[in-house]
Formats: sequence, C-alpha cells, structure tokens
Amino acid sequence: MRSPSWRRAVWTQRLALSSLFLATMVALVPAVVVIGLVLARGMPVFSWKFLTTMPTHGMRAGGIFPAVIGTLELVALTGIVALPVGVLAAIYLTEYARDHGLTRLVRLAIVNLAGVPSVVYGLFGLGLFVIFCRFGASLLAGALTLAIMILPVIITASEEALRSVPQSFREVSLSLGASRWQTVRYAVLPFAVPGIMTGTILGMSRAAGETAPILFTVAAFYLPRLPTSIFDQAMVLPYHLYVISTQIPNVPDVQRYGTAMVLLGLVLSLNIVAVVLRAHFRRKRQW
Amino acid sequence: MVSPTALATKMHVKDWSVWYGRIQALTSVSFEIQERDILGVIGPANSGKTSLLRSLNRMNDVDPTFRSAGQITLEGRDLYRELDSRQVRRRVGIVFALPLPLPLSIRDNVTYGPRLRGERNAARLEELTERSLRAASLWEEVKDRLDLTAMKLSGGQQQRLCIARTLAMDPEVILFDEPCSGLDPISTAKVEETMLQLKEHYAVVLVTNNTKQASRVSDRVAFFLMGELVELDRVDVIFTAPKDRRTEDYVTGRFG
Amino acid sequence: MQGSSWHERVIEGLIHVCGIASIALVVLIFLFLLREGLALFKTVSLEAFLGGRHWYPISEPPRFGILPLILGSLWVTAGAIILSVPLGVGSAFFIAEIAKGWMKEVLKTGIELLAAIPSVVLGFVGIAILVPSVKQSFHLVTGLTALTGSITLALMAMPTIVTITEDVLTAVPRPYREAALALGATKWQTMYRVLLPAARSGIMAAIMLGIGRVIGETMAVMMVTGNATRIPHTLLQPVRTMTATIAAEMGETVRGSEHYAALFAIGMVLFLISFLVNVLADLFLNRKRV
Repeated sequence: MRSPSWRRAVWTQRLALSSLFLATMVALVPAVVVIGLVLARGMPVFSWKFLTTMPTHGMRAGGIFPAVIGTLELVALTGIVALPVGVLAAIYLTEYARDHGLTRLVRLAIVNLAGVPSVVYGLFGLGLFVIFCRFGASLLAGALTLAIMILPVIITASEEALRSVPQSFREVSLSLGASRWQTVRYAVLPFAVPGIMTGTILGMSRAAGETAPILFTVAAFYLPRLPTSIFDQAMVLPYHLYVISTQIPNVPDVQRYGTAMVLLGLVLSLNIVAVVLRAHFRRKRQW
Repeated sequence: MVSPTALATKMHVKDWSVWYGRIQALTSVSFEIQERDILGVIGPANSGKTSLLRSLNRMNDVDPTFRSAGQITLEGRDLYRELDSRQVRRRVGIVFALPLPLPLSIRDNVTYGPRLRGERNAARLEELTERSLRAASLWEEVKDRLDLTAMKLSGGQQQRLCIARTLAMDPEVILFDEPCSGLDPISTAKVEETMLQLKEHYAVVLVTNNTKQASRVSDRVAFFLMGELVELDRVDVIFTAPKDRRTEDYVTGRFG
Repeated sequence: MQGSSWHERVIEGLIHVCGIASIALVVLIFLFLLREGLALFKTVSLEAFLGGRHWYPISEPPRFGILPLILGSLWVTAGAIILSVPLGVGSAFFIAEIAKGWMKEVLKTGIELLAAIPSVVLGFVGIAILVPSVKQSFHLVTGLTALTGSITLALMAMPTIVTITEDVLTAVPRPYREAALALGATKWQTMYRVLLPAARSGIMAAIMLGIGRVIGETMAVMMVTGNATRIPHTLLQPVRTMTATIAAEMGETVRGSEHYAALFAIGMVLFLISFLVNVLADLFLNRKRV
C-alpha cells in the first residue's frame, strides 16, 4: 500500500501543515511581541504616581493623570449613549421587524457603519456635532461620534444575546396575556443582559483606543485643568500617546512606553472583563 | 353522563378554517366548547389539533403566514373581530406540551401573569399563589420553597407549576396541548387527576395523542383527521360505537 | 392597565426609531460629507481632484490632486493584503482544522488579542521597532516607507481575515470532510481540494473586509509611512495615504476654505470606497449561504 504517490502525498501534507503552523505563528507572534515590549519598557515608569499626577516639562515628564481621566470620562459617556440605542435597535431587529426589505436595508446599514473609516467618523463628528450642533470640540461631541462608531458592535452582540433566549419564553409570556413589549421587557431582556453587557464592554474598549474620531471632536493637546462639564475638551490617552511619540522631540522612551502601557492595559482589561463575564454567565445559565 | 346540550356553551367554533401561507391546516371546523366539560381532541399527527388549539387563544397571531376564515366566539363575542388578543389569552389559558417554567422563582412564575396585568397588592398575590398551586395539586410539595428557582423542580412538578401559572390568570377555558407527553406515568396520573378536578370550574379542551388518556379523562371526544373534524360525540359513543368508519379505525388502532 | 399602553406605545415607537436609526446614520454621514465637500468642486473639477498628480494644498495657487494619495493608499493596502491574506487564510485553516483543545483556545485568544491592540499603539511600536529595522535591512535613508505601513497594516487586517475565514470553514458541513477522507484523501488534500473551494466566496468576503479595514486605517499608517505626498514608485518610499492626509491636515485648515472642503471630499471618496467594499463583501457572504 505504500505507493510512491501515497508517500508523496504524506510528505506534501507534512510540508503543508508545517507551513500552516508557521503562518499562524507569524500572524500571532507580533501580538505577543508588541504587548511584551510595551509592558517591559513601560514598567519602569508605571506607578500610582504616574497615573495620578499632571504632566510636566511639556509632556516629557510627570504623570498622565488628565489623559487617564479624560479617557475614562469619554468612554463612560460613549457607553451611556450607545447602550440604549444599540439595545433598542437590536430589540427591533429580533422582536419587531417584519418587512423583509426594510430589515435587509437596516442590516446593510449596520455593516456599512461598521466599515466606515475611523477618520471619516472624525470628519462626520466635526461636521455634525462640533459645528452644526454647536457643541464645539467637547466630550459630548467626541462621545456622540464614538457612540455611533461602536453602535454596530453593540447591536450585533445584543441581537445575538436576544436570539439566544429560547423562543418558548416568549410563547409562555404571550399566552399569559402579556403584550409584545411586556414580553420583551420581562421574559426576554433580563435573560439577554449578560450578552448585552459583554458587547457593550467590548464596544467601550474599542472606543477607548480610537484616535482618529476624536482628533477633531474632543482631543486637546494640553489642558491646564481637568474637564468640568461635557462641553469641555479633554486630554485622552490615545491622542496623548500619538502626540508624545510623533510631535514632541526628546520625550524619554520610558514615558512613551509607559503611556502606551496604560492605554494597552485599559483596553485589554476591558476585553478580559468582557470575556470573563461571558464565560461566567454561560456557566450560570439555567436553560 | 350528562347529555352535551344541557351544559352552557362557552365557546362556539363556526366553519373555522386555517391556512399557513398556502397550506391549509383546518377545513371548516364547527363545534362547541362547554362549561364544566372536558373535550378530548384526538387524531394522528398533522390532523390540525394544534392549529385548532392555537386558534382558540389566538396564539396563531404570532405566525405571520397565518390566515383564517369562519368565526370563533367566546360567550357570544367574536374572538378575532371583537376581542383584543390579550383579553382572549387571559380568558383562554393554555398549558403546553413540554413543561416550560421561566427561569424565575416558583412564586414569580405563578404570579407572572397577574403582575403583568397590574396586580400589585402583595397579600392578594400571595393568596392567589396558594390558591393556584393548590388547584394544581402542587402546593403541599412546594409551599416551603416558593422562592426557589422553578428550574430545580422535577418534570412533573414543573408541568403542574405551569398549570398553576395558567390558573392564576383565572381563565374561563383551559387548553391542554399534549400536557403529559414528556412525563412519567406517576406525574401523568397526577396531571390527569388535576384536569378532572378543574372540570368543576372551567371548560377544558385536551389535545392528546394518547387515546387511552382521552377515554380516561374526557366527557366528549372530537376526532380530527387531516384538518377535518370527522366526528364529535360523548366519550363512550366514540370509543364503543363510533359512527364514522375513520373514527373506528383510529380508536381501534388500525392507524395513527 | 389600559393606561400603560400609552407608555408602551412610546417605548415601541422608540424601538422602531432606533431600529432604523442605522439607515438614518449612514445617510446622515453621507450628507454631511457632501455638505462640506461639495464646495470644493466650485473651483476644482472632478478630474483635477481625482486625477491631479499634485497635492499642494497650502501653496499659491493650491493644487488639490489626490492621485498620489489614492496611490499611496493603494500601495500600502496592496502590500498589506499580499502579506496578510496567505498568512491569515493559512492561520484560519490551521486553527479551524488542525489545532485542537487548549491550543485552539490559545490561538483564538491570540487573534482576539491582536484585534484588541489600538492602532495608535501599533503605530507607536512600529515607529520604535519596525521603522529602524526596515531602514537598516534595506539600507534606506529613512525607514518610514510604504512597506513599513504594509507590514503594520497586515497585522491589523489579520484578525478580520482569520476570524471570517475561520467562521466560513466551520460552516462547511462535516459530510464534505468525511466524504473526502473516506475516499482516501489526506487531511491536507481535503483542505486544499474540498474545503478551499467550498469556502471560496467566504474567503473573498474576508479579503474584501480586510481591504476595507486597511484602507480605512489612519493612525498606525500615519505614524509609519512618512507622509510624503508624491506618487510612489516602489514600496520602499515614503507615501501619504488618504486617511493620513485628513488626519494630519485638518487641524491646520480654516473652516470653509478650499483646503477644508478638499479634506471632506477625500472623506467622501473613502466613504464611497468602504461602502462599495461592504456591499461586495455582503454579496459574497450571502451568495455563500445560498
């Protein structure tokens, strides 16, 4: 049975599978390298003081407190805006949408929103929120822009969560005389919360890392005071990192890596929280 | 045995036909549902029994391809044209084939319907819970653990919980859609016992694949075949001297 | 009880509004880009814009030809796709068909990790590590080149390509594989002769979406490609992409000026490209499902 062609096939397979393995390594090792590098070189400057003091010497020293606060506020505001709209839109798609043409259009629109380049969102935010709505460059304008950007993430995750609730729950609720909204509110939504939360946190982690949409809508290079209202500009981590790595000369490497580390840490923690929550609720599920 | 015409008519089905898209599920069905009477509905698979049941409490409305012709009335009022679907479902309750508790506590399951209807008074809700669980023969087994999740009950207990849940709405008609199909013999016996007790106060319609169950529990029996109501009569007549050849073939086990 | 139906009608109204909000938003984005960008074409013709070889927005007189920018985007994108598609598809095959158990989980987590890294962080590491090494390896004057951009963007496109291809592969029904194996094919032959063709339109969709991702990327590419607005002739030259142009120059324009309008016009072009790419990807994915 060990014909030459069979042997050739086995060798081809070995070669091919090894190449595939190699390809996977080439694809993934950079991720590890980037994270490892940033951690290693940023660690020396990382401390509570780094996170809680103001920058000094034209950003070359000191802490990154205002950028941290700005990012946290921006991300929180983004979540507050995007979550209700995203969940309601998902409820529309799973519980109310009938007309197939319109539904298909909605889905196409969502896919398109997901694909719009981030800098185009920046332009849109500038045109609509900063100028037309006269919010000016502000946390509000930036949050609204980012909220639209992460809407597809929240809608997709929420839709999946809603669909995973068994149809029988809806049937039971309706058969007891509940209205469609009551059924959604009491027999579906509560059981979709974990998935919705996971999606929102992932969306917020995305928003935390974005730079282009906030370039013209909220980011400030240096503010002497922290923002006091949503109409103020703010310093944010991604923009800060960009500025100190490209616009300011002679910033010590360790400051740059430290900032990158904090940003990366924030984004990755949010991701990890989302994944852990998802696993936890999947285990606790009763149906 | 009381003659069928002596009891008050609760619901009247007149020339009722149902289509799902182009498929016809029921053809011109006519009969009455009476108070304090158990109507057993038997027939092979796809005979339209479930379509009939879902028409009686307007659960068919959920299906976008559903179409109907004819009339169903509840105490004289047209189910589809005069009454609102939520009103119908509160007055015509249903117990499904598989036990379907919601992942809530036992108490919250039973009070789900009443609370959505607007009942807020805690004392009334407690009283309602006890009354419904007693009527479903489940009170003694769960009275000390009303806050526990319903998902931990056994299959038979869950099904009786579903009965209690439906009873809590204080319906006038109760529909049973093959309620014992997933249950062991002891739980089945308990559910059948409960149905017989419910007869005292409600009109009951029982759809079942089990002809022996139908003969045990029903007062009248309706035989459906391929969307048609073939024969409806007292239970003793259907099982010993059916008038239609097809009925006889089915109840003697020649098919189905 | 009946009073609640007023409150319910409001909520259900909101649900419907939010439902179609996405359509409204896409239209709104288009309209706002148009509003500010159309002003450019009062003074500059469409041909001069799209085909002009010189982008000198602040010279006297200014020239608004975006051909170098389009080509810059194309070169960087092409390079990124050439790098990421074989690697990405190969990784997807490995993860979906060969890796098992904990290794599979680790690899999938690795992909998610790669996807989560913000582009500004990748750009930063790119400046710190990749730029000097490209400069040294190719003996260039500067390491800020299209190639550097392509490599960085390939990393960003990878997760998209891998996850979509992986989804498509897992959707191929088991009988396909079992039939091939039963006929004596090796695992590799099965992958190459059966799975690859079966997953072809899904892979096309993945590539389309990868292209969309890469063309739309701003920060990472801005930080490593050098921002020279000349038409590139090789990958080892600095280039400027459309996205980087908007990001870099918007801060310096006067609202309402020609330059301002030109940047919005570039935004329009980007929007239309991404729209096209998404429609195509959607077509590919839906054809697959039929």
